[in-house]
Amino acid sequence: MAILEIRNLRKVFGSVIANDDVNLSLEAGETHAILGENGAGKSTLIKMISGLYKPDYGQILLNGVEQHFANPREAIIAGIGVVHQHFMLIPALSVAENVVLGSEGGRFLFRKKQAIDNVLRISKELGLPLDPAIKVQDLPVGMQQRVEIVKALYRNARILILDEPTAVLTPQETEELFAVVRRLNQDQIPVIFISHKLDEVREIADRITVMRAGKSVHTMPIADATAKELAQLMVGREVVLETLKTPAQAGEVVLRVENLSVRDDRKTTRVKNVSFEVRTGEIFGIAGVDGNGQTELVEAIVGLRKLEGGKIHFLDKNITSENVSSRIQHGIGYVPQDRQRDGLVLQFTVADNLVLRSVGAKPFSKSGWLQKKSTRANAEKLIKEFDIRPPLEDVQVGSLSGGNQQKVILAREMAREPMLLIAVQPTRGLDVGAIEGIHRHLLSLCEQGKAVLLVSLELEEIMQLSDRIGVMHAGELVTVMDAKAATRESLGLAMTGERVEEGVAP
Amino acid sequence: MSKRTQSLVLPLLAVITGLILGGIIMWVSGYKPINAYVALFQGAFGNSVFIANTIAGAIPLILTSLGIAIAFRTGLFNIGAEGQYWIGAMVGTWIGYNFPHLPWYIHIPFALIGAMVAGGIWGGLIPGLAKAFVGAHEVITTMMMSYIAILIGHFMLERGPMMAPGYNPQSPLVTMSATLPTLVSNSNLSAGIFIAMVAIIVVYLLLFHTTFGYRLRTVGHNPMAAKYAGMNVPLFTIYSLGLSGVLAGLGGAVQIMGVDHQLTDTFSSGYGYTAIVVSLLARNNPIAIFFASVFFSALSTGSQVMQINSGVSPNMTDVITGVIIFFVATDKLYSYFRGKFRRSSKAQSEQKGVSVS
Repeated sequence: MAILEIRNLRKVFGSVIANDDVNLSLEAGETHAILGENGAGKSTLIKMISGLYKPDYGQILLNGVEQHFANPREAIIAGIGVVHQHFMLIPALSVAENVVLGSEGGRFLFRKKQAIDNVLRISKELGLPLDPAIKVQDLPVGMQQRVEIVKALYRNARILILDEPTAVLTPQETEELFAVVRRLNQDQIPVIFISHKLDEVREIADRITVMRAGKSVHTMPIADATAKELAQLMVGREVVLETLKTPAQAGEVVLRVENLSVRDDRKTTRVKNVSFEVRTGEIFGIAGVDGNGQTELVEAIVGLRKLEGGKIHFLDKNITSENVSSRIQHGIGYVPQDRQRDGLVLQFTVADNLVLRSVGAKPFSKSGWLQKKSTRANAEKLIKEFDIRPPLEDVQVGSLSGGNQQKVILAREMAREPMLLIAVQPTRGLDVGAIEGIHRHLLSLCEQGKAVLLVSLELEEIMQLSDRIGVMHAGELVTVMDAKAATRESLGLAMTGERVEEGVAP
Repeated sequence: MSKRTQSLVLPLLAVITGLILGGIIMWVSGYKPINAYVALFQGAFGNSVFIANTIAGAIPLILTSLGIAIAFRTGLFNIGAEGQYWIGAMVGTWIGYNFPHLPWYIHIPFALIGAMVAGGIWGGLIPGLAKAFVGAHEVITTMMMSYIAILIGHFMLERGPMMAPGYNPQSPLVTMSATLPTLVSNSNLSAGIFIAMVAIIVVYLLLFHTTFGYRLRTVGHNPMAAKYAGMNVPLFTIYSLGLSGVLAGLGGAVQIMGVDHQLTDTFSSGYGYTAIVVSLLARNNPIAIFFASVFFSALSTGSQVMQINSGVSPNMTDVITGVIIFFVATDKLYSYFRGKFRRSSKAQSEQKGVSVS
C-alpha cells in the first residue's frame, strides 16, 4: 500500500485552475520526483499536502486513511515534513533551538540539554554532522538545509518533501543532500523531490511524475525516462503561436558582453563567464528557469551590480566601469522585473514617474530647476501614445492597475529612444490585452532599428518575439540559437542544463 | 477623500480632538473650558504684543521643523534637532560676542552661516556619513549627537570657556552688530521672522521645484527606484541630514541673535522635540509648517494669560499638545491600518493569481 496517495486533487483560485486532477502515489522508501515548469502547479500541490491550502476536490490518503488537514500543524502531526525553498529558520537562534522550536517539550523551562541530545542523535543517524550549539546565521546555506531536515525528522516526519532543495546549493552540497536522501530511503522514509532540473532528478529519483499546466501528466520509473521525453512532457507540444514579427536584418553590434561573471549579494557567483552580442534591429531573448542568473546578468549590464569579471561594450564603447546614470545617458533603457519595487515611485504622479530617469536633463529641468510644463507635456503625449488609463497625468502611479503601471515604465524607457532596451519579464501578471500592447511596442522598437534584450520566464513569449534565443542555466549561457530553429523541446532541454547539439554557438 | 483634502482634514481633526479632550479634562477638574480657551486665545492673539510674541515663538519652531521635514521627505528621522539647535546657538553666540568691530552686515551673516555650518556638520554630516558608509541608524546617531551637543553647551557655560564673568551659567551678550532688530517694541518679535519666511520659501522651492528636491523625495519614497534611476542614494542621505542640521542650527542662532542675546543654561525649551510634532502635524509641507508652528507657539504664549484669567495651569497646554501628538500619531496609524487592509485584500487576490507555481 502506498504511504501517501493523492487522488484527483483540484484547487482553483478565482479563475485560475492551479491544480486539476492531480494523482500521485508515494511508496515506502522511494524518492519520487515531481518535475515541471514554473507555474505547473507543483507548489500548490505541496501546499495542499502540507495543510496550507484545502483542496477543492479530491483526496489525500495517508496509509490508506483519508486526511483533512485544517492547518499545517495537523499535517506535521500526521507525519508530513516539508523543507521549503525559503528556510523557515530563526537566524539568531542556535541549531538546537531551531530544531525544537514549537515543540520544545517541558512546561516552562527550556530543556537545553535534551534538545542538544536530540539534535546530535538525529544528525548522527542521518550521517549529517551538525553542531547543535552554533547559531543558524553562522551556517552556510547547505547546513541550514540540514537543520530543516533534522527539524522535520525531530517532529517524527514519515514523509519528507523537499521543495526545490538544490536551487540554493553548491554541487558538493547537492551531493551531500543526495546521500541524506538515500539514507532516508533506506530507513523507509519516502521523499518527494520537487525540481525542474532534469539531470538531478535522474540521479536521485526512483520514479518521476511530470506536471504541466496544473495536471499530473505522467508517472514513470526513472529508468524508462529519457531526458528528451521528460522535456517534451514538461513543456508540452503545443504549436508555437504565429510570430508577429518579420525577421530582423541583423545590423551592427549594440551590446557586446564578454566573459561576464557576476556575484549576488551573498557573494555567490551567479553569472559565469557569459558572452553574447545584441545587434540593431533584433530581439535577443534570454530564456531560463527563474534564478539561473538572469537577474544578476541584467543588473550588471545596466550598472546596478558590480562585475566579478568581464567586459561590457555598448556601441563600441567600453562601459564596464561607468555608473547607472551615464549608462542611461548612453541610451540603455531598462524595464525592471519588479516594477513596483524598482521601476516606479508609487507616491509620485504619473507625470513625475515618466521623467524618473531623465529628470536631470533638458527639457525636464534647466540648471537644476524642474520644468513642470515640459514634464506635463511629456506626460500628456505619452499617455496618449501608450494608452495609459486613466488618462490623467496628475494621479498617483500607485493607484493605477498593474498593466498601466507597466505602460508607464515602458513609455518612459521608450520615450528616451534608447539604442538598447532591456526588458525583464515585461508582461508578468498582465492580462492578454496589455501583453499584446507591450509586445507590439517591443517589436516597433526593432523596426526602428533599435535593439531589445528580452528576459522572460515564459517560453511562449521568448519564442514569439525573439530573433535569437539564449538559454541560461546555473549562471551559464548554455546555448544561443536562431529562433527559427528553436523548438519548445530544445529550449526546455537547454533550460535544464542539457547541452543541445543543434544549438549554434554564440 | 482625496489625498490633498485628507492631508488637510486629518491634522485639523487631531487639533480639534486635542482641544476638545483638553476641554473635557478642564471641565472634569472644575474649570470652565470655554473661558479658559477664550483666555488662551486672547493671550496668544489678544493684542499686537501678544501676536508678536506668538509669532516670535514660532520662529525657532519653523526653522527646526523645516529641517526635520526635509529629513522625513528623504525617509530619514532626524530626532536630534534639539542638539543641532544648541550647536547653532552656541556657535552663533560665540561669533556674536567675539567680533565686536565687525559691521552688522558682515557680523550677522557671519554668525548665521557659522551656526548653519556647525549644525549641518553636527546633525547631518556625521550621522549622514555614518549611515551612508557603515549603516548606523540615524535615529540613534542623531539622538546621541544631540545629547553630546546639549552637554557641551552646559559645559561651555558652567565655568567653561563661554561663561561670562560672574556666577551665573550664562555667556556674554552678543554685540549690537550681531543682534537682529526687534520689530514690535516690548515684544520678542525680531527680524528673524524674515529669515524664517525666506527659509520656508527656499525649502519649498528646493523640495518641489528643483531636481535636487525631486531626487531627495525619490530617495525618501523608494530608494530602490532611486538607484534604478541612477541616483547616488548614500550621497542624498548625507545631503538630507546635512540640510536638516543646517536649518536647526540656523534656528538656534536666530533665537540667540533675535531674542535671548546670550546663551544660558535654560536656553532651549525643547524646540527640537516640539519641531518633530510640528513636522508631523504639517505633514512635512513647508507652508503648513508655518501654521503648525504658530499654533504650538500660541498654545505656549496663551497659556500664561489662561492661568491668570481662568486659573488653569499652563501645564494644561502640555496635555493638549500630548493629545494632539497622540492623534497625529494615530492618524498615521489610521492610514497604516488602511494600507494594511488594502494590502492584505490585495495580497489575497494576488495570491489567487500568482501562487500557481
